Amino acid sequence: MTATTPELADSSQPDSSAPSPSARQHRRGGGRLGSYLFIRFLLIFPTIFILVTTVFFLMRSTGDPITAAQGGRLPPDQLAERIHQAGYDRPLFAQYLDYLGGIVHGDFGRTFSDNRPVLDVLKTYGTATLELTFYALLVALLVGIPLGRLAAARRDRIPDAAMRVLAILFYATPVFFLGLLFKLVFSTWLGWLPVAGRASTGAEIQLSTLNHPTGLYLVDAIRTGDPAVVRDVLQHAILPALALGLVTAGIFLRLVRTNVIGTLGSGYVEAARSRGVSERRLLRKHAYRPALIPIITVIGLQIALLLSGAVLTETTFEWKGLGFQLVQYLQNRDFVAVQGMVALLAVIVAITNFVVDVVAALIDPRVRY
Amino acid sequence: MATATDAPVSEPVPAPARRRRSWRRLPVVHQLRQSVGLQRGMLVTGLVLTAIFVLTAIFAPLLAPYGFGQLRDADGLFGAQQSPSGGHLLGTTVGGYDVLSRTIYGTRTALAVIVVAVVLSLTIGVLLGLVSGYFGGWLDRVLVVVCDAVYAFPSLLLAILMGIAISGGQSSLWGGILAAAISITVVFIPQYFRVVRAEVVRIKAEPFVESARVIGAGHRRIMGRHVLRNATRTLPLIVTLNMSEAILTLAALGFLGFGIQPTSGAEWGFDLNKSLADVTSGIWWTAVFPGAAIVLTVLGFTLVGESLNDLADPRLRTRRRAPDQEPEGLAEVAVVPGGALTAPGGLRGLEPLGGEQ
Repeated sequence: MTATTPELADSSQPDSSAPSPSARQHRRGGGRLGSYLFIRFLLIFPTIFILVTTVFFLMRSTGDPITAAQGGRLPPDQLAERIHQAGYDRPLFAQYLDYLGGIVHGDFGRTFSDNRPVLDVLKTYGTATLELTFYALLVALLVGIPLGRLAAARRDRIPDAAMRVLAILFYATPVFFLGLLFKLVFSTWLGWLPVAGRASTGAEIQLSTLNHPTGLYLVDAIRTGDPAVVRDVLQHAILPALALGLVTAGIFLRLVRTNVIGTLGSGYVEAARSRGVSERRLLRKHAYRPALIPIITVIGLQIALLLSGAVLTETTFEWKGLGFQLVQYLQNRDFVAVQGMVALLAVIVAITNFVVDVVAALIDPRVRY
Repeated sequence: MATATDAPVSEPVPAPARRRRSWRRLPVVHQLRQSVGLQRGMLVTGLVLTAIFVLTAIFAPLLAPYGFGQLRDADGLFGAQQSPSGGHLLGTTVGGYDVLSRTIYGTRTALAVIVVAVVLSLTIGVLLGLVSGYFGGWLDRVLVVVCDAVYAFPSLLLAILMGIAISGGQSSLWGGILAAAISITVVFIPQYFRVVRAEVVRIKAEPFVESARVIGAGHRRIMGRHVLRNATRTLPLIVTLNMSEAILTLAALGFLGFGIQPTSGAEWGFDLNKSLADVTSGIWWTAVFPGAAIVLTVLGFTLVGESLNDLADPRLRTRRRAPDQEPEGLAEVAVVPGGALTAPGGLRGLEPLGGEQ
């Protein structure tokens, strides 16, 4: 399997087109997409393995988690007793094998402070993070793509300059600082929007009475059929979604701008221009759509960024998702939980990236080399 | 004998002239001369912000009215959450520290993290990329897979783990600085690695490398003299990106509670974390100033990096306009890629570009 990896690694860079695999493909004819997907699927496993291994040894390099959580609070003999019970006095490699075995069976360990399976924590809080990242991605695309197109159409004029400065500002602003400013202006000073949380207490109670809550508050709120609850849930989501979304929008803005400028100067657009197609039509019909294809690939890379951002946004707005919970465990020095959650997130990120790559390959044949 | 291989690489300019102009070919100076209009404005703004940041860090003890961990002066305690006034220009924090002093001293922590992070990741990333791309084989494949895996992972989570591993979650000044810097290093090694490796693989196939090998130059010499020197084209951009990310990660770690304790150093992210509760009661000065410091510093580095990137890419580079923007002006510009005949200093300014062709 390792023999195939360099090609795959290159394929993640959009502009590299290795000639040798394509030559081979010509000989073999069809089945190119199939073999690409298969190899890309196999590549998930070394990725997960590397990340999970890294996480394990990093966390253990400081010592065992029980000392970390309880050190100084328990007498040494009791501490040793508990370490022995949990098996942390065995050779590190044996623990590592145990840990790997657990992950293969979907067991990411139990949290130390509240003794829950890590997978259970994911089920409880994962939907909140999913909801937040979805809103944020929506904001990012809705803001980033039109503005990027505008900047490309007015290249080197004032709108372009403004858009580019805006994109850099979005990047330079930490998401938690933007969140703090939003809270200050829209919640504290203007009083338009709630300060924190996913819903007000009344709405939370109404949501919890549902039979099988999905955990996605907007879906649940619609199911209650009460417009006040829907409104409440949406109001709570606006500021976190804007903060996380705008920070990500800058990336899309820049990407769309660069790509549209690139396609506007390409041969086929030049050909259309020479046939007398108007500049507006050139932009709308010829240059714009092909420039959007790389966005799909980039969304894959943004998943990681969005997750990092979600940890910070959730902490800023007390949005009770995975990131918020992770920080709680960190502050309680519950490193078993941290290790489990990070390993679990690694698996999620690896799988999401695979899905995005598949979608990109289905849409854009150039990726499949 | 091996020295004979140097000449054909890239330097047709005679030695004395080259030395005289060499400062103009330095990464940033060269682009500054090349840029026009908005791009020059962005580059200059970035450089000014960066300069202010570095100078503030160096002269922090002279600029700051109080120490970063100072709670009282001759008149007694400062008091918590005092609004901006003559005694405390930017007010005091919830812990009773002077906001202005902590914001100024924060530049020192940030600068230390940037320096350590850039030096570490540049050295390790370039070295790995060079060796991996040059020798290839199984080491190359393993490194590519590992770097791709790390690259795809949320960098902040990796930074949190590194922070725990390095300082055990404790927060002394150098523990905090090293934790943030090494986390950034781990996240950025793959980026240097990918870029340098791709360049090295390309350059390795060039005829001049082959001729060097024929002449009998060793691997070390070829790697250092012929390959590495030609593979550093995109590095300035990544370095600036690396610097911005270093500050943002340091601040994020601080915000999540991995900050440096206020008594051992000033750190903007930590102060923002403490101001989280202030904001809901309308106390704005504890959040706005450290936050603005982060934004301005990152903005400076990013503007420099962004300009360097655009200037390096002919498709994005703004060209100087000929006086009336008419086709004859365009034709002139097209003769010399990226330069213009109206450059200050006339044709002389174009020579560095000609040398690269």
